[in-house]
Amino acid sequence: MLTVENLAVSYGNTPVLRDINITVEEGEIVGIVGKNGVGKTTLIKAIMGLLEADGGTVRFRGETVTNPSGHRFEGTPVESLADTVEQSASARGPGSGVLDTLVGPAPDVPANGRATRGMGYIPQGRDVFPELSVEENLRMGETINAADDDPLYDVVYDYFPILEERATQDAGTLSGGQQQMLAIGRALVGNPDLLLLDEPSEGIQPSIVQQITEDLTRINDELGITILFVEQNLQVIQNLATRCYAIDKGTIVDELGPADLDSRETLAEYLAV
Amino acid sequence: MGPYELLSLFFQFLDSFAFLVLATVGLAIIFGMMGVINLAHGEFILVGAYATTLSFHSLADLGVPLALPIAMVVGVLVTMVFGLVLEVTVMRRLYGRLLDSMVATWAISLIMIQLLRIQFGNSIDNIAIPGGNVSFGPYTNPYYELFLVGAAIAVLIGLYWLFTRTDFGMRARATIQDKETARSMGVDTDRMYMTTFVIGSGLAGLTGALYAPMQSMSPEAGTGFLVEAFVTVVVGGTSVIVGTLLASGLLGLPKAGFEYAFNSQLIGQVAMLVVAIVAIRLMPSGITGLVESWRQSRRESND
Repeated sequence: MLTVENLAVSYGNTPVLRDINITVEEGEIVGIVGKNGVGKTTLIKAIMGLLEADGGTVRFRGETVTNPSGHRFEGTPVESLADTVEQSASARGPGSGVLDTLVGPAPDVPANGRATRGMGYIPQGRDVFPELSVEENLRMGETINAADDDPLYDVVYDYFPILEERATQDAGTLSGGQQQMLAIGRALVGNPDLLLLDEPSEGIQPSIVQQITEDLTRINDELGITILFVEQNLQVIQNLATRCYAIDKGTIVDELGPADLDSRETLAEYLAV
Repeated sequence: MGPYELLSLFFQFLDSFAFLVLATVGLAIIFGMMGVINLAHGEFILVGAYATTLSFHSLADLGVPLALPIAMVVGVLVTMVFGLVLEVTVMRRLYGRLLDSMVATWAISLIMIQLLRIQFGNSIDNIAIPGGNVSFGPYTNPYYELFLVGAAIAVLIGLYWLFTRTDFGMRARATIQDKETARSMGVDTDRMYMTTFVIGSGLAGLTGALYAPMQSMSPEAGTGFLVEAFVTVVVGGTSVIVGTLLASGLLGLPKAGFEYAFNSQLIGQVAMLVVAIVAIRLMPSGITGLVESWRQSRRESND
């Protein structure tokens, strides 16, 4: 479903992420855990295309959505250059030849293109559109996954009945928990293949966090939607993830299987506890 | 003050109101969406006015029926193409950079004024005001002024519909509120900005087309439109429709009142600018800011 290889991201001249390697298989719920400021949000934004990669690739459903030929070539061995040419040609779909690649690099698929290809993004702090009604917020999600034009309103209202009750209300008037449900519903309406969540528990009261965790598990179970989430809440990680990557100082430092996830001590090592 | 005087004053107010609304909408929509002030807005209006006037004379010479409406459509279309070319070449590099955008568009304005002068001279032949006059007591006003009031209201209603009832409008509002999240919902925000800029240009072109019969058009005529539009946008704030509507009403009153009382356009304009200064002093974020904080306090008292 998602393959991240040697991804590097920087803000200006300051490197933030390096050598990030992640794979997420179809149907999995994978967590990325780490303390504040280690690059979790940067990583999920780079996967979504909201931040440009400096190097490395992101492949989504077999398609390279970052632009390998646009990266710096210094020190790149010749054989991988040939790979790059090939990948870049295939990234732009059939009909584009090596000639195009030589004429100019294919640009990254921008965030809006990744959304229409099936990535559903749930930003940190929800970021619902405050002055759009709840219903309009959901309609904004219809464009996600262009291959599927049947919006899942019934499903969303079934998971989150409150959204149907508050349909005409401005989203800015909802509570934090309700806004999180709206942000999930908004990404869900378009029937995405992959949900990307940035700290779903942040700033939400524990009882609602519990409910949202259960809802996400159901979404994965019943709709088969793959989930990649970033989190530092120990309970959410344990309840939600089947597998985790631990991130520290801008790179992946460990991969945690089910046994590691059961152990509070192992997890706590990577979290601000 | 007798009923005729009152009626005449009312006409004067409607006239000022329509002018402010039509001069402002194109500028307001671009400011509200992209956060740039287009100081070449007056010249955008002139492009519409020149294209309308010149094509009207050509069409009328050929004896084409309905020459004026056709010429007005030409004026709008030419301004939209003009806006599209400028968006792609210059404007898209300046979004969100208020001061830079003002310098760049001021330069465009100066270049346009000289180009118009070089190409068409210091003035072009007028179009006669279409339609007859309405008379009451000692006063007469052209029906066309009433038509302009109708056009101003129709433009506001049309924009309201566009922004609240269509998918495009919903995506536009989402982009204004949170560009990054809108992009991650699949909105091509660059294209959204381009479309909005072309719509804003089209509205400027429409204003030029509608006022082509009302004013003699010269290369400097754009300034008159720009000054009033600029003041109205600043007083109105970022909300395109509410801001433009309320600011045009607020500024139209002193403008019409003083113009009428002293029978002088200059004094009307001075009165309008004084009210604008006071309004900005009292409402630094414009009328929109005031409406926003009022809504905010109502929201909080509900909680």
